[in-house]
Amino acid sequence: MDRFSVFSSRLVEKAEYFTSGHRACQGCAEALAVRLVMKALGRDTIVAMATGCMEIISSPLPTTAWKVPWIHVAFENSSAVVSGCEAGMKAMMRKGKLNQKKINFVAMGGDGSTADIGMGPLSGALERGHDMLYVCYDNEAYMNTGIQRSSATPFGASTTTSPAGKKSIGQQTQKKNLPQIAVAHDIPYVATACSSFPFDLMQKVKKASAISGPAYIHILSVCPTGWRIQPHDAIRYGRLAVDANVFPLYEVENGEYRLTYTPYKVLPVREYLKGQGRFRHLTDKEIELIQKNVENDYAKLLKKCGGQG
Amino acid sequence: MEKARKGIEVSIALAEAAAQADVDVVAAYPITPQTHIVEHLAELVAEGELDAEFVPVDSEHSAMSVCCGSAAVGARTFTSTSSQGLALMSEIFFIAAAMRLPMVMALANRSLSSPLSIWNDHTDTMMVRDAGWIHVFVENGQESYDHTLWAFRVAEDPQVMLPVAVNLDGFILTHMIEPIEYVDNQTVKNFLPEFKMKNALHPDNPVSMGCFGMPEIYTETQMAREEGIKNAYPTILKAWEEWGSLTGRYYHPIETYKTEDADYCIVTMGSYGETAMEVVDALRDEGEKVGVVRIRLWRPFPFDDFRKAVLGKQALIVLDRAISFGGPGGPVASELRSALYGMEGAPSIVNYVAGLAGRDVARDDFRKIILEGKNKAYAHDTDGFTLYGLRG
Ligand SMILES: Cc1ncc(C[n+]2csc(CCOP(=O)(O)OP(=O)(O)O)c2C)c(N)n1
Ligand code: SF4
Ligand SMILES: [Mg+2]
Repeated sequence: MDRFSVFSSRLVEKAEYFTSGHRACQGCAEALAVRLVMKALGRDTIVAMATGCMEIISSPLPTTAWKVPWIHVAFENSSAVVSGCEAGMKAMMRKGKLNQKKINFVAMGGDGSTADIGMGPLSGALERGHDMLYVCYDNEAYMNTGIQRSSATPFGASTTTSPAGKKSIGQQTQKKNLPQIAVAHDIPYVATACSSFPFDLMQKVKKASAISGPAYIHILSVCPTGWRIQPHDAIRYGRLAVDANVFPLYEVENGEYRLTYTPYKVLPVREYLKGQGRFRHLTDKEIELIQKNVENDYAKLLKKCGGQG
Repeated sequence: MEKARKGIEVSIALAEAAAQADVDVVAAYPITPQTHIVEHLAELVAEGELDAEFVPVDSEHSAMSVCCGSAAVGARTFTSTSSQGLALMSEIFFIAAAMRLPMVMALANRSLSSPLSIWNDHTDTMMVRDAGWIHVFVENGQESYDHTLWAFRVAEDPQVMLPVAVNLDGFILTHMIEPIEYVDNQTVKNFLPEFKMKNALHPDNPVSMGCFGMPEIYTETQMAREEGIKNAYPTILKAWEEWGSLTGRYYHPIETYKTEDADYCIVTMGSYGETAMEVVDALRDEGEKVGVVRIRLWRPFPFDDFRKAVLGKQALIVLDRAISFGGPGGPVASELRSALYGMEGAPSIVNYVAGLAGRDVARDDFRKIILEGKNKAYAHDTDGFTLYGLRG
């Protein structure tokens, strides 16, 4: 049934578990992603969060934006912390020390936390098979510390540690493909999502939480501050990323790939890059190169989806 | 009443103490000389003799992180490490104490690289001295077993809520076979109540743990930690007392041996205490008025007990197992110097660093250290430290 659930704005959970009043920048689509994820997960959830924007903006002592049990320990270890929560509760429930209850164990981290410093712990947690969901909020740089590059920063983006200059295009490496790394662990569920597509996002989170075993969701989370766009454009840029096939929406269930959204009309990548301060230095030739890369990557993905498209 | 003692490897006995405590989660990563402890726990779980989750993590950093998550949901949590493992997990080690997450670690003390060495000294534990954990040092197998159970009792007490490290010398203790008296499970149950964490993570009682602290509040959180660990002291004593009444084995923060009429004392921490006592016996026969002061509780440091034990003596010869490079010498001696600074009747302190990375310190060495140290003290030659046994 879960597979076919239908969303309309009136059916969306009204309750908020990540509440307003937090300190995210205006137009932060990462905070929106967290809010949507929490709506889909509901109250019976324990969240372990990595250091980063979302942790800082939601928990300045003595306040909290969290209505579910929430723990932050450090930058690289939310996957290990949630492993411990899951293991602890599992043991206590089995031994009768705690009443039986279905709880969603969810780890959350940014792209820096996930793709770089927390890669080992994440791999360990996925490999061990905990009943958990890992959500990566990918805003394509270390935003909390001032827009430094991560290995998930896209080719050509200018950040404070991959600045564009006379001798550099900015980020010189291709974006690390985290969902593929998750898939390589042979876990039951992997998906990409974007907070500009809220129903798709929530449906995937619901599916992931219903599955037993590890699941991984990678959410493109537009950051107006780091991408140097207007706050009111955050949702639009999320849509552009998806409609230009820069960030395709798909899911992988038990190894089976499926696109969950196909653009009605595929936009040129230029439309997506245009207006983003982090890409403003790119020449036509460089944009052409990025266009080619996007097309290649999409073709590879389509093949995995059995040619569907 | 004579009770049955088993000849058993100390690591195994320690693991069995953790199993008798009915731990819920064990998360650890292999490193010598700790390995036998967690291997045995894995085996007990595999054989169905211990109902626990054994989490075979990807690193020590993750081990400590898993332990934090597990303790945060109120599960009884155990881990063990040494040396490089402790160094790798040190980031989270500090946080565990700051977040008041009770757990027990068997810390099989070993030197730090480089050069790589698997052998025993105290350089690993000194690195995390200021992390806010309760640290206890044991001297033999029986104490290792006893203190594992004691550590759970202290850590999980609502008045304490702190992680506890049981420091035992790598190889010297971990790999020895010793006669050890076990307590029965009923006694364990009486001594160690079920862990009931008040604000554990649970959907029925949502709490936020590990928040962000602005300058307006950080200072206060640190004072709360300082008070927290100091306030653990009465519980520490009470747990020892109860253990003593159940087993006949009584422990104290500072243990003294033949100190009442001693003019001077040797001060040790960890397994060297037993050798020191033997050597002191021999020296006593020769007319030396010497005693032994053994530090069992390292954090919270028992200032009053220590002062009571040593004020009025003429000299202390402090044996350290680590160096603070470019600093005041051994970490134990420098603490003791400051504990006594300006006090009436304070003995002078001579500091030796010995037994680094498994370099043997035999009875003869103790004898030399004690007699040479005494002469130094009486000659007011008390600056800095001496690296004992350094080859020319
Ligand atoms: C061990 C460690 N190294 C570095 C940092 C500093 N740090 C905190 S958050 C952060 C970047 C977070 O980036 P990301 O995970 O992408 O999350 P975002 O803030 O972008 O949401 C860094 C580098 C830290 N807290 N801990
Ligand atoms: S820097 Fe970006 S991700 Fe961080 S709070 Fe601001 S908009 Fe959100
Ligand atoms: Mg980021």
